Amino acid sequence: MPSLQRRRLLALLSGAGLAGAGLLGLPRPAAAEGGRPLVAAASDLQFVLPELAAAFEAETGAAVELTFGSSGNIARQIRQGAPYQLYLSADEDYVLGLARDGFTRGEGRLYALGRLALLVPAGSPLEADGSLADLAAALRDGRVTRFAIANPEHAPYGRRAEEALRHAGLWQAIRPRLVLGENVAQAAQFAVSGNAQGGLVAHSLALAPRIAARGESALVPAEWHSPLRQRMVLLKEAGAVAGRFHDYLSTPAAQATLGRNGFVLPEGTR
Amino acid sequence: MDWTALWLSLRLAGLTVLILLPIGIAAGRWLAYRDFAGKGFAEALVALPLVLPPTVFGYYLLVAFGAASPIGRFWEAAVGGQLVFTFEGLLLASIVFNLPFAIQPMQRGFEAIPAEVRAAAACCGLSPWRALLKVELPLAWPGVLTAMVLSFAHTLGEFGIVLMVGGSIPGETRTVAIAIYDRVQAFDDAGAGRMSALLLVISLTTIALTYAFSRRLGRRLG
Repeated sequence: MPSLQRRRLLALLSGAGLAGAGLLGLPRPAAAEGGRPLVAAASDLQFVLPELAAAFEAETGAAVELTFGSSGNIARQIRQGAPYQLYLSADEDYVLGLARDGFTRGEGRLYALGRLALLVPAGSPLEADGSLADLAAALRDGRVTRFAIANPEHAPYGRRAEEALRHAGLWQAIRPRLVLGENVAQAAQFAVSGNAQGGLVAHSLALAPRIAARGESALVPAEWHSPLRQRMVLLKEAGAVAGRFHDYLSTPAAQATLGRNGFVLPEGTR
Repeated sequence: MDWTALWLSLRLAGLTVLILLPIGIAAGRWLAYRDFAGKGFAEALVALPLVLPPTVFGYYLLVAFGAASPIGRFWEAAVGGQLVFTFEGLLLASIVFNLPFAIQPMQRGFEAIPAEVRAAAACCGLSPWRALLKVELPLAWPGVLTAMVLSFAHTLGEFGIVLMVGGSIPGETRTVAIAIYDRVQAFDDAGAGRMSALLLVISLTTIALTYAFSRRLGRRLG
């Protein structure tokens, strides 16, 4: 390498090194300092949980930091030592598994039951018909070329969507037309952006204003799939604020908010 | 082991390289020998995918090329299918995202050819095509080879954009990187481990062979 070029490279590298050192020296955001406890939640809570956290903050003055993902992914991150203090899963199996292996404080609490809904974007040839009768017709006459669900291999809503489609006798016909979201929010994104003619997603997402404005939805009968028992649990490292937020989510006010946003409230089954 | 996914990834990488080969030679040669207004901008455009997060491109593919947008409708009318959730969409994305990996090494290869050599070729009456085939390409070959290998390996490793616009359709958009991700998400560590190990071996072998080969080539030419 010519020496001029080498000198330039050295200057560039040392510049980058200085910048890197400067960035490392910056104060880290408060969330990472342990001020605000990290709450990891299933992506079907994407819209309602910020509302609940804001209400919690208004009431108590304490704040939590929210992060969303697929329930399975979060469970795996917890096993690898992710610094979450509270975990809200869309499927209680993940919580019970973590509890069995000693990552949690007890077995947590059932906070809601999820519902599955057929989401159809505006302008789609498909009708928002929760009995899936129009979906069956659309599969026969070719109106549906792409249909979105979450990945049944690891997303709770994807598994329930598969069960519901099997129950309706549509699984074999729809399989070649399925696009799989990494989590249920991505499946909703696929459907509502018009890239698929419809999808089976969380009712809580379908009701959210940003999604409801761009499509229609209808509930799929709850008996068509095993229940989406959503359980939350405090993790070993949880502090006082996370504990209070955990308790807050079971108060009548919080439960009413969940009910308004597409969840069914657990009755007595704790 | 998901052989369908592996085959899909290899096919995607192979096609990307095949399509980028003429594009890279033309663009690399042009950038190496021509001076024109806005050359800095053109080079910046070529390098852009190096710094642009794949999610930016994924977002545009989803929204701008989605079935609801004018561009998406135009594309569907012209081609008869949509871009997202298809192999063609992934191919387009991977061509765009590999432009710097293909063009830059080839450009360096052409730049390394002394001007006298090219002048001599022209003096001998070689047509530009024959000069390219007989003189320039043999000399720029290490750059071309590096470009091809980098594009191939980079396509095998592409993940973010496929996760965003692929939809994990077996045989269509479920690449081996996505298949590994799905196995990990499903807590199937054994399956993920087998595929990861195979991909590691393939990638390492490809690159090691190229390095060995280009060193031999370099000695012969030098």
